[in-house]
Amino acid sequence: MVLLGPSLIFLGAFTYWLVLRVFYESFLVGRFAGESAFGFRNYLRLFADPHFARAASNNLVYAAGTIAPSLVLALALALALRETNRFNALLRTLVVMPLLIPLVAAAALFSFILLPGEGLLDFYLRKLGVGMVNWLGNPDTALGAVIAITVWKNTGYYMLFFLAGLAGVPQDLIDAARIDGAGAWRRVRSVVLPLLGPTFGFVVPITLLNALTQVDHVVTMTQGGPSDATNLLLYYIYQQAAQNYDTGLASAATVISAAALLGLTVISFRLIERGIHYES
Amino acid sequence: MRAEERLWAFVAASAALLWAVPFAWMAVASLRPGVPPDIASLTPTGPFGLGNFAEAWASGNFPLWYLNTVLMCGGILAVQLVTVSMAGYAFARLRFPGRDLLFSAFLLQLLLIPPLLIVPNLATLVSLHLYDRLLGLMAPYFASAFGVFLMRQTFRAIPRDFEEAAMLDGASIPVPIRHVLLPLARPGLVAFAIVSVTAHWNEFLWPLMAVSSPRNHVLTVGLASFASGAEAGSAWGVVAAGTFFVTAPLLVFFLIFQRRFVSSFVYSGIK
Repeated sequence: MVLLGPSLIFLGAFTYWLVLRVFYESFLVGRFAGESAFGFRNYLRLFADPHFARAASNNLVYAAGTIAPSLVLALALALALRETNRFNALLRTLVVMPLLIPLVAAAALFSFILLPGEGLLDFYLRKLGVGMVNWLGNPDTALGAVIAITVWKNTGYYMLFFLAGLAGVPQDLIDAARIDGAGAWRRVRSVVLPLLGPTFGFVVPITLLNALTQVDHVVTMTQGGPSDATNLLLYYIYQQAAQNYDTGLASAATVISAAALLGLTVISFRLIERGIHYES
Repeated sequence: MRAEERLWAFVAASAALLWAVPFAWMAVASLRPGVPPDIASLTPTGPFGLGNFAEAWASGNFPLWYLNTVLMCGGILAVQLVTVSMAGYAFARLRFPGRDLLFSAFLLQLLLIPPLLIVPNLATLVSLHLYDRLLGLMAPYFASAFGVFLMRQTFRAIPRDFEEAAMLDGASIPVPIRHVLLPLARPGLVAFAIVSVTAHWNEFLWPLMAVSSPRNHVLTVGLASFASGAEAGSAWGVVAAGTFFVTAPLLVFFLIFQRRFVSSFVYSGIK
């Protein structure tokens, strides 16, 4: 017990106590003359707030738009670069490098890349004869641009897991499938994917956590705009807490977001587990 | 090599090169002082100079930001190493009622990370009088579920004979942990240290909220305010130089100790 003490004190103060506190605050609707009143009003206000609805639906798009492409890319790159030679090692390094930099640093670089007119993307697109696009300023493309930055940042991280997972897939098995006449897609779907089940089992929860918590570039680049196009749940919480000082609304939004994260994580675990049993 | 495989290799190589474009631009643009009309060009054409670095260094408070970031990462890591090796040992070696339940309760922290619980975290800092202090920035991270898990796995992989021999010699529990197990558990501790320092060096939202006065800013928070100023003046070469200052330390360590970093990150996923 002495050994667990220090960890338990800090976990107690900064995890368990916080969960209780945020629950309490989310139901606290007013303090009058030392008396506290409780009720569902924060939640009613939250669900009536169009900004929250927008942030929630944006966050679903953000989750789907970041998770699926970065996992597909990561798996494809891991398959293509799995053989270790000097050239592949260099390419892997290039893909992993974004993992090492802060998301705000990525935002600083992409602020220039996406800059209308002078920016790097427009500079090269112009050479191809494509006109300029205000990626971050247009409500139709802003969320896509934010998603692209996140995919750039995370793909290398997920690729590392797939590389480690693939190390456990015997090459003989893949060769055998090829001799049996299985094409590349068939080999991936029927041989590689089922064996990577455990890898997906821990990568998917990480991707879900990232889809909820990686909002640094929204804070520095778009502030949720234009017209709420890039507002995400954690950014909404940040706004309510730090700018509007509306603790009740921020707490209710935190409870809903954390519950959604826990729920989705449990569901994804179940689905992946079932997938493994089914495939084998 | 078959045609199909050659195609794949080509696609992968192009993707990897595309991935490096932001870094290539950072390198080229930061080395070209002034405001070249083709600032977006990736072709390294001169004249080159270190003017952007000098300007970035002068307009941001980088020495202070470095100091605060190092203090924060170092402080978090120092406390974590103590808490996670103690708890990791308990979960790996000792039997006590409710152990598995307690372990699951620890793992809850893997999802409920401080940026998500920003609202109650901030309120707690205020009531502990830790708001706007580096210690407050560090405190929520002093216990680490990931670290406890990693050290549990590490200790389990070490044969019991080592500590039993030490205990037969009359040592009590803390002594074998410090002198026998910890040296053997070094690879696990190093892996944890790499993941912990990388995570906190790069973190933004929590340090942005837990601290208000500029003297407590860390690199990421400093970069955000510095970059918005330089961007307003279209000084993109200076933005690139400032971004280099923030990202260079970890990138350099990564390039030197690549294998260590990669195996640590892979460890970090196996929760």
